[in-house]
Amino acid sequence: MNNQGVLGIFSYLDLTINAVRKLKEEGFKTIRVFSPLPNHEIEGVMDEPESVVRFFTLFGAMLGASCGVGFTVLTSMDWPLPVSAKPIVSIPPFIVIIFELTILIGALSTLIGLLVNSRLRKNAPIDMYDPRFSEDKFGIMVACDKGNVEKVQDILNSHGAEEIKVDGI
Amino acid sequence: MSQQTSLTYAKVNEDVIRMLDKPTVKWLALFVPTLGIVGFGLFCFLYQVYTGLGAAGYRHPVYWGVYITDFVFWVGIAHSGTLISAVLYLFRASFRLSIYRISEAMTVFAVLTAGLFPIIHLGRPWFFYWLFPYPNQRELWINFKSPLVWDVFAVSTYLTVSSVFFFVGMIPDIAAIRDRVTEKPRKIIYSILSLGWKGSNWEWLHYTRAYLFFAAFATPLVLSVHSVVSWDFAMANLPGWHTTIFAPYFVAGAIFSGLGMVITLTVPIRKIFSLEEYITLDNYDGLAKLVIVTSLIVGYAYGVEFFMAWYSSNPAEWGQFYYRATGEYALFYWIMIFCNVLIPIPLWFKSVRRNIKALFIISIFINIGMWFERFNIIVISLSRGFDPASWGIYKVSWVEMGITLGSFAWFFMFFLIFIKTLPAVSIAEMKEILPVPRKEANGHE
Repeated sequence: MNNQGVLGIFSYLDLTINAVRKLKEEGFKTIRVFSPLPNHEIEGVMDEPESVVRFFTLFGAMLGASCGVGFTVLTSMDWPLPVSAKPIVSIPPFIVIIFELTILIGALSTLIGLLVNSRLRKNAPIDMYDPRFSEDKFGIMVACDKGNVEKVQDILNSHGAEEIKVDGI
Repeated sequence: MSQQTSLTYAKVNEDVIRMLDKPTVKWLALFVPTLGIVGFGLFCFLYQVYTGLGAAGYRHPVYWGVYITDFVFWVGIAHSGTLISAVLYLFRASFRLSIYRISEAMTVFAVLTAGLFPIIHLGRPWFFYWLFPYPNQRELWINFKSPLVWDVFAVSTYLTVSSVFFFVGMIPDIAAIRDRVTEKPRKIIYSILSLGWKGSNWEWLHYTRAYLFFAAFATPLVLSVHSVVSWDFAMANLPGWHTTIFAPYFVAGAIFSGLGMVITLTVPIRKIFSLEEYITLDNYDGLAKLVIVTSLIVGYAYGVEFFMAWYSSNPAEWGQFYYRATGEYALFYWIMIFCNVLIPIPLWFKSVRRNIKALFIISIFINIGMWFERFNIIVISLSRGFDPASWGIYKVSWVEMGITLGSFAWFFMFFLIFIKTLPAVSIAEMKEILPVPRKEANGHE
């Protein structure tokens, strides 16, 4: 059972990447990499599936557009106000409302997607962090069982970790 | 960006978070008078509520005056913030990096300011919620065919989306502040605002995706909002308003005025907080080039308006434009031409684009010119409609001037609070243009 957490702190990106590669080779699956900025190399070595936020965005945008259509068309038909034979359901003015609601609900749904997805995945029982990760340090947290703690420490050490912390239940 | 190589990740954190230190005497010397002016603006508004809209100088036939001018002006100011943060993000223009946070803040505060004016402009401001989409007691809904209702949707969507974009962009930076501050109350506030951000690969994965989608939403939104604002006028059958060029004309003008305001705001901030290493001359060079482009579009629109009025052989339309340039309001018209078309011409020269003082002065003129542009479009068109019997002159009252002044103070008040509480330069994104720390020097970047 992965009830132990080992956190290695690095100063250099290349060393971090090499350590992650080695840990993956050794079969460790629950790895989290911390960095002060988004980085493609980390994304590449972690090889995570594509973010699902896009589905939230698509769903939100479609919901927004449907709300826009429903809102304008149904309310116009609910109480028709005939004005000199002009159409009751007139599409051009409604497009503005539909467009704005598509963007509004699409953006809010993207926000929900971001919050839900960033928070929900608790893939490790231990939550480790170091305040320097928001400044200039990189970090690797590995969740493993008790027997593997030493092995992980060795790998992190041999790949240039400057500091190692262990936490467990 | 050769000027920025002396920066390191740690120094970026230090410099940006240093701006959030305790308010200095200089800051207070700016903030207290600003609050005073906001108070005067509030007094003018209450006076107007008490005495009625007559205090606003509205006279037949001009019932849209300075307040609507202010509304369009402030919505316009908001636009370049989104242009810099979203559109230039999609184009990967690196000169946006150090200024985009300030521009985004400007967007949010400008929309907050703009949103006040339709309410101030109402005879019974306490009924402003009548514009919101809900059925009244007779189950009658608002009229979705009205441009004013479009405006409510456009501006409230814009405020919501730009606020979300602004806030989401700040999450990693707020986490950086959280990790650094030591005082308990500040730590608690920044911890809540950072939403538990840790900068793990999983968070960055979703974050970068979501940010891209926000930018993709904000880009068409910025074009739509000022188009919708322009249709408040263009949908009405009035000489000077009823024209198809209004949407692009307004969007270009909005970006033009917003860029002016970005320069006006960033020059003093750069000086006061010694951000010369961040907001570089290259940044201003890029902004100034955008000013040239939008100034040309705006200048072209002024010309096309005249040409169409003449070429249409419509006496009312031609009369309107002839009156603009030669009538009672001609001074305002020529101020507009001078500030928006002639003043930006020196920016064609690189030496001017890289001269901060010159840029600052030009940006002030742009702000003035663009305010008068909106005044000319709104007031002069209303003063001279189709029927000579209903022509009239509008004079700005002291109440309107007070509220306008108050709105500038209201905007700067938010801005002053912002630079002391939130990171004015994006910490995470600034790091993206710095070399990544590597042990092996030959690694790719």
